[in-house]
Amino acid sequence: MTTEYLVLSAILFVIGAVGVLIRRNAIVVFMCVELMLNACNLAFVTFARQWGNLDGQIIAFFVMVVAAAEVVIGLAIIVTIFRTRRSASVDDANLLKY
Amino acid sequence: MENPAQILGNTAGGVIGFSWLMIALPLVGAAILLIGGRRTNKWGHLLGVAMSLGAFVVAVLALVQLLGLDPEQRRQAVHLYEFIPGMVDMGLLVDQLSISFALLITGVGSLIHIYSIGYMSHDPERRRFFAYLNLFVAAMLLLVLADNYVGLFIGWEGVGLASYLLIGFWYFKPSAAVAAKKAFIVNRVGDFGLLVGMFVMWTTFGTLSFAGLGDATIEQNGTVTAIGLLLLLGACGKSAQLPLQSWLLDAMEGPTPVSALIHAATMVTAGVYLVVRSGAFFFPLGSTAALVAGIVGTATLLAGAIIGCAKDDIKKGLAGSTMSQIGYMMLGAAFGPVGYAFAIGHLITHGFFKADMFLGAGSVMHAMNDEVDMRKYGGLFSKMKVTAITFIIGYLAIIGFPLLSGYFTKDGIIETAIEHNPVMGWLAVAGAGLTGFYMSRMIFMTFFGKARWDKDAHPHESPAVMTVPLIILSIGAIGLGAFLVLGGRLYQWLAPAVGGARDFVPAFHPFSVPGLSTLALVAVGVVIAWFKYGKAEVPVTAPRGSFLTTFARRDLYGDALNESLFMRPGQWLTRLAVFFDNRGIDGLVNGLAATIGGSSGRLRRVQTGFARTYALSILFGAALLTGALLLVGNL
Amino acid sequence: MGEQVTFWVLAVVSVGAALGMVFNRKAVYSALMLGTVMLCLAALYAVQEAPFLAAVQIIVYTGAIMMLFLFVLMLVGVDSADSLVETLKGQRFWAAVAGLGFAVLLVLAFGNAVFTAPSGLGAVYQENGGAVGSLARLIFTRHVFAFEVTSALLITAALGAMVLAHREKLRSRPSQKELARARFLDGNDPSPLPGPGTYARNNAIDMPARLPDGTLSELSVNRTIARHDVEDGHLPADPELAEAIRHAAEPEFAETARVKRELDAESSAAEEEAK
Repeated sequence: MTTEYLVLSAILFVIGAVGVLIRRNAIVVFMCVELMLNACNLAFVTFARQWGNLDGQIIAFFVMVVAAAEVVIGLAIIVTIFRTRRSASVDDANLLKY
Repeated sequence: MENPAQILGNTAGGVIGFSWLMIALPLVGAAILLIGGRRTNKWGHLLGVAMSLGAFVVAVLALVQLLGLDPEQRRQAVHLYEFIPGMVDMGLLVDQLSISFALLITGVGSLIHIYSIGYMSHDPERRRFFAYLNLFVAAMLLLVLADNYVGLFIGWEGVGLASYLLIGFWYFKPSAAVAAKKAFIVNRVGDFGLLVGMFVMWTTFGTLSFAGLGDATIEQNGTVTAIGLLLLLGACGKSAQLPLQSWLLDAMEGPTPVSALIHAATMVTAGVYLVVRSGAFFFPLGSTAALVAGIVGTATLLAGAIIGCAKDDIKKGLAGSTMSQIGYMMLGAAFGPVGYAFAIGHLITHGFFKADMFLGAGSVMHAMNDEVDMRKYGGLFSKMKVTAITFIIGYLAIIGFPLLSGYFTKDGIIETAIEHNPVMGWLAVAGAGLTGFYMSRMIFMTFFGKARWDKDAHPHESPAVMTVPLIILSIGAIGLGAFLVLGGRLYQWLAPAVGGARDFVPAFHPFSVPGLSTLALVAVGVVIAWFKYGKAEVPVTAPRGSFLTTFARRDLYGDALNESLFMRPGQWLTRLAVFFDNRGIDGLVNGLAATIGGSSGRLRRVQTGFARTYALSILFGAALLTGALLLVGNL
Repeated sequence: MGEQVTFWVLAVVSVGAALGMVFNRKAVYSALMLGTVMLCLAALYAVQEAPFLAAVQIIVYTGAIMMLFLFVLMLVGVDSADSLVETLKGQRFWAAVAGLGFAVLLVLAFGNAVFTAPSGLGAVYQENGGAVGSLARLIFTRHVFAFEVTSALLITAALGAMVLAHREKLRSRPSQKELARARFLDGNDPSPLPGPGTYARNNAIDMPARLPDGTLSELSVNRTIARHDVEDGHLPADPELAEAIRHAAEPEFAETARVKRELDAESSAAEEEAK
């Protein structure tokens, strides 16, 4: 079963990555990032069971904590940007360029 | 021949031990005035005069101390410090030759300083002028007092710098700026000769000090002749001798006191000093170098006289005359110790009467709204008597009027020349006749005849601060020659320093054939001048003149020659170099830069500012990494 | 067998939900889809002998984080649907290429790996007093430093969020006194303008409204309605009103209205300048 779990994890990860690439709404992009993190967590949990080692679950746990912190900050940034630019599109924040 | 340097080695005490003060005082003055800037404007000229006078006092005291010594002991060395370890010890050599120069420089220099207070009183930059004058005095004293060629060279370059700064003092006039540059560049040619001469001297003898050269045995061979010719090149540059004469006439763009001090009395005679100082080593009687020096002197004295005949600009006329008189000195310096004595004697008296005349010319210009064209003078005698009389005294001295200064010294040179080399001697006699003509022309055009002034000219006598130096200088112009020459006084005074029998009295025959013919020729010159410029009307605009006049007016085509020989080929060379630089080197460098710049310009378009584009490249990178890991089999 | 069934059902659901999240135009739907994926994953954790993580997944992710997402969506505007037209040239194509390539590579890697039967965590749990207990033991012993650092991170994040979301008030709110003074100081009529409808005599949509000074506003009548009034003969008796409606019905009126607006704007700009 391990292989199937891992393949599922990979597919979810890639879906998240493609979502980051094609969506412009910053919030949706952020959701896609969360999906990628979750996909990784699934792989960690799978490996923990595969090898009978709890470290995988510990890592997954820390990933969740860090993801929570990241979401808080990221959403605050999105709100700030939206407040000044009236837009939540990642393409509109493109001043830092050539 | 006796080696003049062998009696060196006395370590000086007394005032002579402090003779470095002569250099230090004006140097400090220059430093204060230049660093102090505008806040010294009020008293700057007074400080300059005081420093110059201080140096003069030290020189006089040193002379008194020297006179109190036995003639054998009159060469005093003052060791200062080790300049280049193992090569040059910097020290001063106070002997009969250098103290004579020091007295001339500080004495005439101080008079000219005083004169300049009046002459430059309307110039807002007077303080800077005095700073440069002090700098010049310090450098010139270092030149004559140094006991080695390196010190001499430093002073040599110092006077060159001061000359450059003073010729270009009115730098806002393009002509002055160009003249300063020209003087500097032409002098570089001479300095190059001096420098290479010093190099050869060092490799040949291993010493650059006069004492060291005195101890060395010097045989007249090819190397020594080469050194002599190289030093002569340096002397030609500084003393405006052919073929490096072209800068002196243009140098008259500087203020008139500068022309008097630097370009008549002192700096331009540095070449003569160099030849006399090196005389015992590199220009002994009969050597090739001495012969060349004589040829150069003869050619220059004639060239200068011819130029002087045609110039309408009073200062340029005097400049031509200076060239000519230095030619006499150079000619005298070619004939051993006797010639040295007459050359130095003429140098000193010339310093007085030429400074007198230059300052007189300055006084006239001061009165005539800075007009220099003699065709617009005339009849000034009654308007400015002191100036006119002192000028005429100088004039009589230079043409060799009997019993005045120039009579004794110039006649001495001519007689010595005829004794050793009749051709040069008789050419010098002809030159004396020309001198009589062009100087009389100047006098008649300036002070006599009808007034041809511009409408707004109101000639008046100059203030006392200007006329008193004129009077003092003219006293020197009257009596100094007789004092120096009669009884062989200067010869015997200089003999221990330049070599020569001490109990010998050089002959002086006022009624010999050369002497009388000189006088006759001068008289003919004066009379011709009287008929042409005294009696006849002088046209205000210069007539076209003959071919010869044009030849003289154009400075004997010296500038044209320089231009076609050096300037144009130089310009072609520069153009070629510029072309190569632009197309070859710049093309390469710019091409490279353009390539990099262009590709960067394209590459920077990658930075679109879109986070999603960057994310895409990250994903590509991750995919590539994964693929690579799979390929090498680690995954 | 039970696990197989659970897995396949949840896998299909989660992949479908994930695709739905990416391709849905409305962000709220995307959030709901993401919640679905997370719940599926929670179930999968539970199946994979990770009950604590399953609980945390539901509480923290689906509970807290997804709520936060929804809150922010409300703030930013819940009704806005994204345009799905791609503006970056080639972005979709290359995203598909990279995504597919990456997926193929990962699947190849995992597919090639040969796994033994999972060792399972039963023995570990038994040794350390249950699933939660053994995790706690590890967290508070071996990983205690990371755990403490994480707590610092959370506090920093909370502070950062407050700083970022805080809006600086540049001036204090004007008091009533200040408002009153401002109203009287400019010298205009201090009383408020009459409210809408003060001069109205009827409330029909085809009647021109009256401006605060009592004049008729021709612009307030829809041209189509005014035209119907004129063509059907429903003009009011009041000649002033009738004239205004007739005027509003003229085809040139739209044009004249535009010109009038422009002239008004120009004259007010000129006034501004004159001031």
